[in-house]
Amino acid sequence: MKKQITISGFGGQGVMSIGKSLVEAAVAEGLHATWVPSYGPEMRGGTANCEVVLSEEPVGSPVFTYPTELIAMNLPSLVKFEPFVTAGGTIFVNSSIIDEKVKRTDVRAVYVPCDTIADELGNKKVSNMVMLGAYIAATGALRTETIRQMLAHMFTGPKAKLVELNMQALEKGAQCLEG
Amino acid sequence: MAKELWKGNEAVAEAAVRAGCKCFFGYPITPQNEIPEYMSARLPQVGGVFIQSESELAAINMVYGAAASGVRAMTSSSSPGISLKQEGISAMCSGELPGVVVNMMRGGPGLGTIQPSQCDYFQATRGGGNGDYRTIVLAPCNIQEAVDMTQEAFDLADLYRMPVMILGDGMIGQMMEPIEWHDIPKRELPPKDWAASGRKGRDHSNFITSLRIDAPDSEQFNRSLEAKYKRIAEKETRWAEQDTEGCEILLVAYGTPARIAQSAAEELEAKGIRAGLFRPQTVWPFPSKRLAEIAAQESVKAILVVEMSLGQMLEDVQLAVEGAKPVRFYGRVGGMVPSVEEIADEAEKVLREVR
Repeated sequence: MKKQITISGFGGQGVMSIGKSLVEAAVAEGLHATWVPSYGPEMRGGTANCEVVLSEEPVGSPVFTYPTELIAMNLPSLVKFEPFVTAGGTIFVNSSIIDEKVKRTDVRAVYVPCDTIADELGNKKVSNMVMLGAYIAATGALRTETIRQMLAHMFTGPKAKLVELNMQALEKGAQCLEG
Repeated sequence: MAKELWKGNEAVAEAAVRAGCKCFFGYPITPQNEIPEYMSARLPQVGGVFIQSESELAAINMVYGAAASGVRAMTSSSSPGISLKQEGISAMCSGELPGVVVNMMRGGPGLGTIQPSQCDYFQATRGGGNGDYRTIVLAPCNIQEAVDMTQEAFDLADLYRMPVMILGDGMIGQMMEPIEWHDIPKRELPPKDWAASGRKGRDHSNFITSLRIDAPDSEQFNRSLEAKYKRIAEKETRWAEQDTEGCEILLVAYGTPARIAQSAAEELEAKGIRAGLFRPQTVWPFPSKRLAEIAAQESVKAILVVEMSLGQMLEDVQLAVEGAKPVRFYGRVGGMVPSVEEIADEAEKVLREVR
């Protein structure tokens, strides 16, 4: 198994955090993983992306031209990276704010209304977790239980209630793959 | 031991603390700011001192002062900031003071860009300051190596009484990767009986200077440095290699491009091209001898040097190979990072040309 994942969106959408969660979970499951952020001179509201590699083998290059999966949280990200996704790969689209469809026919498209679901759950901030849930459900790359353990470790004390909220977001995201 | 996920810069800072670093002096610059940030919180926990200095020049001179008192001290910066520290590095070599300097290189010249680069190779390996001096330059290609090398750098600095540089790049500083904390084999280190830390009943004062105004004395001192550098070249030269036996094309790279070149070599192998990778882990001293041996193999048709520069380590490779085989170069500059495909394509092109 080797995944090369580009995660891209506006600054503030939690794209770096999706990447970090993937890598953290992968490491907990004994995989090799790298996370490379774009750290250009970006402004608030500008674009942000990170490149993640998950692999059973030690990771050589942490950067890549052709992702096996693209997570596009906004339209500019879809436009920019769609042409590079490997044939047979998957594009995850945040359909709450991206009206356009994936044009490529040689990749799988998964539409996830991340922001709409996050709003329904009562917290806009978990829209990235909705997408993470969809990613895990679609690829089977990681176990949801690993993410739960990570969340339990991350949110303690007064923040412990956020574990359930984030888990709900993951589940709702996963449900987008059904039917 | 369990693997832990660390960001490069923070991992380097923690490694320094674990190696007994007690003083950090620095001035902010992207892409290494997480090092001073981490140190500002961490050093006070271990009884250490963090100072955000008024300038890079002040920072390196604070390292000089702390090192002169026998304390393990370090500074970190990125390219333009390291330029400003050259005077102090030269002075530390002359005062024979140990210290660790981290350079997470970014694109140049001048203020350049904040993206990864390797454009300070000449500065690091040839001495960016004045005088006949060297610094040991360790070149990690991933975070594990950055952590291990940082811990060892303090021992090397103390053993040889000189600054040791960690030559990383913006990507190593900014990326995250799992690492394991090892116990680095401890070296037997001489006591710091030269330190200016109080007379303690000695019959003489310890005096540390970089000025030797009498020419014969000065020559003698320079000769002693020469002997030290020869000893280091014999004992501390390090490299890693992969599939170099019987390879047809030899890729040579250090730091981030080395791991990209590793993936390129795997791609070439998949196409039936025997590609080897030679990766200097010390760029001074440079592993010339081993490189020449590999290049001398009959199977080797060409050598491709890959850097994030216009061709700096290239010169060390040419010096090592001495014209025995064609040496070609592929570089990206100004903060651009070479891709796996670019390196593999270039290797194939070079092979077509030399066959």
